[in-house]
Amino acid sequence: MSLYKPESRIPVLEVLNCTKVFQGEAVNLDISFALSSGEILSVLGENGAGKSTLLKIIYGLHKATEGEIVVRGHRLQAHSPRDAIAEGIGIVPQYSQLIPTMTVAENIVLGQEKVKGPRLNVSVAAKEILKLARQCNWEIEPNQLTAELSYADQIRVEVVRALYRNAELLILDEPTSFLTPQESDSLFEVLRKLAAQGMGIIFLTPKLKEAMAIANRILVLRRGRAVGFALPDQTSESELTSLMLGRGIAPPINKEMFTSARFPVLEIKHVDVLGVKGRFAVNDLTLSVNAGEVVGILGTPDNGQTELLQAITGMRRPQTGNLLLSGRDITRASPRQIAQRGNCGYVPEDRREFGLVEAFSVTENYLLKMNNQPPFSWFGMLRPRQNKRQALRLSQELNLQVRGSDQAGGRLSSGDQQRLVMARESSHSPKLLVVAEPTRGVDVESAEFIHAQITQMRNQGTAVLLVSYDLDEIINLADRIAVMFEGRLIDLLPSSQADRNRLGLLMAGHPG
Amino acid sequence: MQIIFGTRVLQFALQAAIPLTLGAMCGILCERSGILNVGIEGMMLVGAFTAFLAMTATRHWSLPASLGLSVMVTLLAGWLFGFLHAFFCIFLRLNQILSGVALIIFAQGATTHFLDRNFLDVGSFANAPIPLLSEIPVIGALLFDKPPLTYTALLSVLVLGFALNRTRWGLRTRAVGENPRAVESAGINVRHLQYLNISIGGALAALGGGYLVLEAAGQFQQGITAGRGFISLAAVILGNWSPLGALGAALLFGYTQAIPKELLTVQESLLPSQFISMLPYVVTIITVSIFMGRVRPPAALGHS
Repeated sequence: MSLYKPESRIPVLEVLNCTKVFQGEAVNLDISFALSSGEILSVLGENGAGKSTLLKIIYGLHKATEGEIVVRGHRLQAHSPRDAIAEGIGIVPQYSQLIPTMTVAENIVLGQEKVKGPRLNVSVAAKEILKLARQCNWEIEPNQLTAELSYADQIRVEVVRALYRNAELLILDEPTSFLTPQESDSLFEVLRKLAAQGMGIIFLTPKLKEAMAIANRILVLRRGRAVGFALPDQTSESELTSLMLGRGIAPPINKEMFTSARFPVLEIKHVDVLGVKGRFAVNDLTLSVNAGEVVGILGTPDNGQTELLQAITGMRRPQTGNLLLSGRDITRASPRQIAQRGNCGYVPEDRREFGLVEAFSVTENYLLKMNNQPPFSWFGMLRPRQNKRQALRLSQELNLQVRGSDQAGGRLSSGDQQRLVMARESSHSPKLLVVAEPTRGVDVESAEFIHAQITQMRNQGTAVLLVSYDLDEIINLADRIAVMFEGRLIDLLPSSQADRNRLGLLMAGHPG
Repeated sequence: MQIIFGTRVLQFALQAAIPLTLGAMCGILCERSGILNVGIEGMMLVGAFTAFLAMTATRHWSLPASLGLSVMVTLLAGWLFGFLHAFFCIFLRLNQILSGVALIIFAQGATTHFLDRNFLDVGSFANAPIPLLSEIPVIGALLFDKPPLTYTALLSVLVLGFALNRTRWGLRTRAVGENPRAVESAGINVRHLQYLNISIGGALAALGGGYLVLEAAGQFQQGITAGRGFISLAAVILGNWSPLGALGAALLFGYTQAIPKELLTVQESLLPSQFISMLPYVVTIITVSIFMGRVRPPAALGHS
C-alpha cells in the first residue's frame, strides 16, 4: 500500500475504508485510495470485481455500508448524485444513459438547465456545448437525437456532459468496450489532455493493456478488495494478471486443424433484413460457415449483427435472400424447426431476456429447449425426477455455484447463467452453433470455460458463428473474420492475416 | 350533411370532449412521468362527487360563490387522490395497475355509500361569452361562448403542451418517463417530480368529473362518469402522449358520441338505430387499432 497516494500533491478524492455489502456479500471490502488532480488512476479488475459498485458509491448512487468519501477535504456522507455533481464529480457510465428520444443538448443540460423566463434557453446551452466539444477536437451536433449517435459519439457526449457540469474529477466505466482501437486511442488522447489541464481521472477497465497504456497509477481490485497498486512502468502484464486473478494466465486455446472434408453448414445468400427502426439492418449479405470452423462477425454494436442472428435463428424473417442450413432452406422456418430439425444451438446476446427464464429453476431452464424429446419427456409428459438428476449432474459438471437444481436462474451469477445457456445449447452436439457476445459481463474463469467449449465444439466438427464486439475475443477464437458495418459485410479475412489496426479501420467502415 | 356538421352536433361533441380532455391530461402527466394510471375513472368520479358535496353544503350561498368554492374543493380532492396513487406506486411500490383499479373501486363504493339522494340537483355555471371573439359567426358561438370550465380545459391543453416541450420541468418530466435512472444520475429527485405530476394530474381528472356536475348536468347521478376515464386513457394513447394529440382524440371520441345522438333525434336514418348507437365504439376500436402500431409510449412506463 505504499502507493496509496502520490507524494507532495493534494488529493482531489480520497476513498477511505470503503465497504459495500449486498445481501450479506461484500462487493467492496475496505477499499482505500487517493487521487490527485491531473492524475489518471486505472482501476483494474475483472467483471464482478466491484469496479462499478465503487463508481456508484463515489457518485452517490449507492450508499457505502462503511467508509468515507472525501472530496477536496469535504467529507461526503449519505450523498446523492446531486451532491456529487456539486463537488465536481462527473461519470461516464458503462452502459450509455443518454435518452434516445431527446437531443444531444437536452441530454447534456438535464439537471443544469439554463432558462429564459419559463422557457429553456437552448441556444446558449448549444453554444457552450460546441465550445466544450471543440476543446476536445470533437464534432458534436447539439440538435441531433442521441438515438442516431454511434457508440463513440455517445461516449463523447457523456464526457462533454461532465465538462458542462464543470467536473474536476471524471470517472469512466469501461468506456472502450464498444470502441474500435483507433477510437479508443483518440479517447485516450483527450483524457490525457484533460488530465494535463488538472482533471483527476479514474478509468475503470478489465483490460490490462489499456490500464498500462493510460494510467499514471493502477489500482487492482479482486473480489471486492484492493489487492495492490502498481506503476505502469514498473510492472509487467504477468504481475498484473496474477494480482487481478490470483493466478497466472490461462494457456492459449488449442486450435486443432479440423481434418475432415470442409463443407458448408450455414449458407447466407444475399440476405436483406428489416430492422426495428423500419430500415434495412442487414443489406445483401452473403457468407457461409463450414463444418469445423469458427466464423467471427466483428463490428461495433448496431451494425446489423443482432438482426442477422435473429434471421438465422428464425426470430425475424428476411425480406429477400435465402438461408440454408445443411442444404435445407430455412428462410421461412420457425425457431423451433431450426433449433430441433436443423439442430442449431443459439446463445443469444441478451441472456437475461432471451437466454433463460429468470424465475425458472436451473432444471427448468435446462429443459427449455428439448423438453418434448426423450430422455426428458415420455409420451408428452415430463419426467421430473430424471430431469432433476440430469440437471444436478450438469451443474456439477459446469461447477455452478448453485444450491441445488431448484435455484432460480435469475439468482445465478452472470458467469453461471452463461455456462448454463452454453451447456444447454451445445448438449446435442449441434451442427451449427450461433453465439453472440458470449462473455460480456462474465467473470474470467467462466469466459475461459466458454471459450474452451466453443473451441472444443469446433474441433468436433460443429460450424460456429460467433458475434462479438470484442476484437480480442474474435481474433483468439475465429478461423475467419467477417467485418460488418452498417448492415454490410465489408471484408472477410482469415484470422491469420488479421491485425488489430486494420480490423479497427474496417469496423469504422474504412475498407482497406 | 347538415346533421353531421351542424352546429348542434359540434356543440355536443365539444361538450362530450371536455371531460375526456381533462382526463387525458391527467393520463399524460402520469404516464410521461413513467407511472401508469388506469384509475382516471376513479379520480373523475371522486371529483364529480366532491363537486356535488360542496354544492349541496353551500346551497345557501350565492350561486357564483358556491360554484367557485366547489371548483377549489374538487381540485383539492383530486390532488389528494392523485397523491394517494403516487404514494401507492412510488412509496409502497404497489403494482401500478392494481393501484389504479383500487382507486376506481374505492371511488365507486364511496360515492354510492355517501350519496344523499335528497339533493341531486345543484346549480351550474352559465355561459361566459368572451367579448368580441364570441361575435365571430359560427366559431364564436362554438368556441367563445362557453362556461368557464370549458375554457379552463382547453387552456390546460395549451399550457401542458408548452410546459412539456419548452420548460425545464417538461424536459425533466419527459426524461423521467424515458429513463428515471439517467435522471437520478443527473442529480434530480425523480420521486418528488413524480409525486408532483401525479397530484396535478389527479386535480385535472377531478376537474373533468367536476365539469360533469358543475357545468354539463347540474346534478349528480350514481356512476355519472360512465367510463369516461377509460376513454380518456384511449385518447392518451391515440394522441401519442402529447396534449394536443390527446385533445384531437378526445374531440374525435366526443364527435362519435354526438353523431348517433343527433341521428337518433332526427329519426330519418336508413340504418337501424342499433347500428347507429354502435358508432362510437366501432370508431374507437378502428382508430385505436390503426394507430396502435404508430404511437410510442414512454420507454420507462410502468417500470419500478
